[in-house]
Amino acid sequence: MTAAALAPEARDARTGGSRQLAGTGILLRFALRRDRVMIPVWVAVNALMVLSMPKSLTSLYGTAAARADLLRQLDTNASLRALIGPVFDDSLGALTAWRIGSYAGALAAVTSLLVVVRHTRDEEESGRQELVSSGMVGRRAPLTAGLLAALVADAALALLVVAGLAGQGVLGALAFGLGIACVGMVFATAAAIVVQLTESARLARGLTAAVLGAAFVLRAAGDSASNHGSSVLTWLSPLGWLENLRAFAGERWWVLLLFAAAVAAQAAVAYALAGRRDTGMSFLPTRPGPARGRLGSAAALAWRLQRGSVLGWSTGFFLAGVVYGGMTDGAADLVRDNKQARDLFARMGGQSGITDAFLASMVGIMGLVAALYVVSSVLRLYGEETSGRAEPVLAGAVGRLRWAAGHLTIAFGGAALLMLLTGLGFAVGYRKEVGPILGACLVQVPAVWVVGGLAVLLYGLLPRGATAAWGVAGAVLLIGWVGPALDVPQTVLDLSPFGHLPKLPGGPMEWGPVLVLLVLAVALAGAGLTALRRRDLTT
Amino acid sequence: MTKAITVSGLHKSFGRTHALDGLDLEIEAGEVHGFLGPNGAGKSTTIRVLLGLLRADSGAAQVLGRDPWADAVAVHRRIAYVPGDVTLWRNLSGGEVIDLYGRLRGGLDPRRRSELIERFELDPTHKGRTYSKGNRQKVALVAAFASDVDLLILDEPTSGLDPLMEEVFQRCVEEERDRGRTILLSSHILSEVEELCDRVSIIRKGRTVETGSLAELRHLTRTSVSAELAGPPNGLARLPGVHDLDVQGRRVRLQVDTDKLNDVLRSLSETGVRSLTSTPPTLEELFLRHYQNETAETAQTDETDEVAR
Repeated sequence: MTAAALAPEARDARTGGSRQLAGTGILLRFALRRDRVMIPVWVAVNALMVLSMPKSLTSLYGTAAARADLLRQLDTNASLRALIGPVFDDSLGALTAWRIGSYAGALAAVTSLLVVVRHTRDEEESGRQELVSSGMVGRRAPLTAGLLAALVADAALALLVVAGLAGQGVLGALAFGLGIACVGMVFATAAAIVVQLTESARLARGLTAAVLGAAFVLRAAGDSASNHGSSVLTWLSPLGWLENLRAFAGERWWVLLLFAAAVAAQAAVAYALAGRRDTGMSFLPTRPGPARGRLGSAAALAWRLQRGSVLGWSTGFFLAGVVYGGMTDGAADLVRDNKQARDLFARMGGQSGITDAFLASMVGIMGLVAALYVVSSVLRLYGEETSGRAEPVLAGAVGRLRWAAGHLTIAFGGAALLMLLTGLGFAVGYRKEVGPILGACLVQVPAVWVVGGLAVLLYGLLPRGATAAWGVAGAVLLIGWVGPALDVPQTVLDLSPFGHLPKLPGGPMEWGPVLVLLVLAVALAGAGLTALRRRDLTT
Repeated sequence: MTKAITVSGLHKSFGRTHALDGLDLEIEAGEVHGFLGPNGAGKSTTIRVLLGLLRADSGAAQVLGRDPWADAVAVHRRIAYVPGDVTLWRNLSGGEVIDLYGRLRGGLDPRRRSELIERFELDPTHKGRTYSKGNRQKVALVAAFASDVDLLILDEPTSGLDPLMEEVFQRCVEEERDRGRTILLSSHILSEVEELCDRVSIIRKGRTVETGSLAELRHLTRTSVSAELAGPPNGLARLPGVHDLDVQGRRVRLQVDTDKLNDVLRSLSETGVRSLTSTPPTLEELFLRHYQNETAETAQTDETDEVAR
C-alpha cells in the first residue's frame, strides 16, 4: 500500500470526533446562498427601525427638560414600563435603547429562529437532508451551519447598529448592538433545541416563537412590577437582560456573560441531542393516527390543516387585547403630559381624547399583525400546490375554486375572528367602552382583507412569486408602524389600506372608505381566483 | 367499443421547452393501456393535461367523453389517479388520507378498502412523514383501487414497491380490468407493461411514435434468427430487411424486419437447415430501439450544432 492510499485513513484517525462537523463550511456557504435575500431584508428592516429612532425621538423629546420629564413620569407609570421598559438615562442614546430595545431584540430573535429552523428541521422534514447527509457531512454539521448562518445575520445587524448609533456614544452603541445580536443568538440556540424535539418545522417555529412571546411577557410583567430597575421576573427574560445591559447609561458589561452562558448552555443541549438522534426523527415521536378518516371534503381538509395555527393566533390576539387593555389607562396618563407624544398618537390613532387615541393606535397595530396572519393563511394554497399535495386532491372531484375556497374562508374568516377576539380581549382588560372598541377592531378587517386579496391575486397570477405577498405585508407593517413617527409623506401612508380607515374609537365612523376597501378586497381575491382557474398548476 | 381517452394533436410548451408536440393517444374503454417513453418525453405532462391540471396550448383531449379542462370536476368523479411520487400531509394518518381521496372521487368501497390494506400490508395508522416511499405509494394505490371509478390513471405507480407488492399490484390491475375499468399505466418496468397491457403507446419528444397491441408492434420490429445450415448461405445479404448479418462458415446469425421474415426463411431452407432458433423481439428491444434512435438523433443534432457554430 502506498503512502497516498494511507493518507485519508490517517487523517480520519487524527481528527477523530471533529468529523461530526465535516462539511460545515460548505453547508454554511450553501445556507447563506439560499438566504441571500431573506437575511439582508430582515437585517435591513431591523437596522432601519433602530437607526430611525434618534430622529423621531428628537422630534418627540427635543429638549433636555422634556427628556427629564419623561424619566420622572416613567417612574410612576407601570403600564408604559410594561409596554416598552424602564429608561435609565435621559440621553438620546439611552432613550433609543429604551424605546426600541425590546422590539429590535425580538425581531432579531425572529430572524434567528427562522434561519435556524429553515436549515435544520425544514431540511429534514422535506427529506432533502437525507441526500445531503449521505455526503461527507458530519452529524452535527447541519445544525452548526444553521447556527452560524444566524450568527452571520446577527453579527451583521450588530455591526449596522454599532456603526449607526456610534454618534450617540461608541461604548453605548457597542453594548446595544452586541445585546441585540445576543438576544438573536439566544433564540437561535433555543430553536436549535426545539428542532430536536419535534418533527414539524412549522411546530418548531411556533414553539420557539411562543418562548419569545413568554420572554416578552416576563419582561413586561417584571418591568411594570418595579419602578427601580428590574424585578426578578425581568431577569428571567433574555429581553430583560438586554435592557439591563443599560446601553448608553453606564453599561453593565457583565450582563453579556449571562447571554454567553445561555447561548453556550442551549447550544450544548442542542448538540448533545443532535448527536443522539436519528436523521429525520425527533425526541417527541409522532403518535399514530386513526385508521379511518372522517375528512370528506377539500374544505374539511383545509380546516384540519389550518386549525392549529388558527388556534395559536387566536390565543395570541386575545391575550394581546387583554394586556393592552390592562395598560391603557396608565399609558394614556403618560402621553397626556407630552405634546409631541400626544401628536404622535393622534397621527396614529385619531384626534379625540388621548385614551381613545392610544386605544386606536393599539387596535391599529393588531390589525397590522392580522395582515401577517392573512398572508400566511392564504399562502397555504401555495404550499399545498408546490409540495405536490394539491395535485391528488385536485385530481378528485374538487374544482379549483372549491379547493381554494376552503383555505380562503379560513384566511379571511380567521382574520375577522382575530380582530373580534382582540376586541373581546380589550373588553376583559379595559372593561370600558366595550362596544366602541369592538367596533374599532372590526373596522380593521376590510384593510386586512385587502392585504389578503393582494396575496390571493399574487398567488393566482404568478404562483412562483406568491411569496412576494410577504413583502406586501411587511411594507404595510412598516408604513403603519414607523411611518407616523418618521413624518413620512402622506402619499406613502396612503399606499397602505390601513391609512384609509376611520380613526376609531373616538373619531367619526366613515363608511365610505370601509366599503371601498371591502369592494377592493373582493375584487382582488376574485381576480386572483379567476387567474388561478385559468392557469396551469405548478409541479 | 367506445373510447375512454382520445387525444389528438396536443401541444404544450413551458416557456421555450415544447413538452408536447402534437401528441395523439387513443384508449379504448375497458383496456389496460401502457404509456411508455424515455424520461422527459412528456408522459407526466400528458397525464396532467388529462387531469385538467395543465391547459393544453392547442389540440383536443377528451376523457370519458368530456373536456378535462372545462369539465374537470365531473371527469374527476370517475377517475382515480396515482402519481409517481406521493406526498402526504405530515399530520394526517394514511387511513385518513385514503378516505379523503376516496370521498373526493366517486366514493370508496369499505370492504375493498380493508381487503386492499391487508393485501398491500399497509398500516393505516401511521402519519404522513413516517411512511417510506413504497408505503406512500401504497396509500395512493389503496385509495385508487378501492374507489368507485371508471378510469384509473397510474403514473409510474409502483416506484418504490418491493417485488411481492409489485405482484399484488399486478393482480389488482387485472381485477380492475376484469371489472371493465380502463387503466392508463405509465411505467418504466417493461415486464409489468408486457404482462398487463392490452395495447401500448410509445412517445418521444412529446409525440406518439408507436401505438398498438404488443403483437402489432412486434410485427414492426426485427426478429433475431440464428441457424446452422447444410452448406454456405447464399444471397442472404441481398435480401431486403436483413441486418447485422454474421456468417461463420455454416453458422448464420442475423436480424430481420419481422414482415420480411418469410423471405429469409425461404432462402435458408433452400440451402438446408440443420437447426434454427428465432426469437421475437422483447418489448425491451422494441423500446430500446426508440430510445437509441433518440440518442443517436440527439448526438447528430449536437454534431450539426457544433458544425453550425
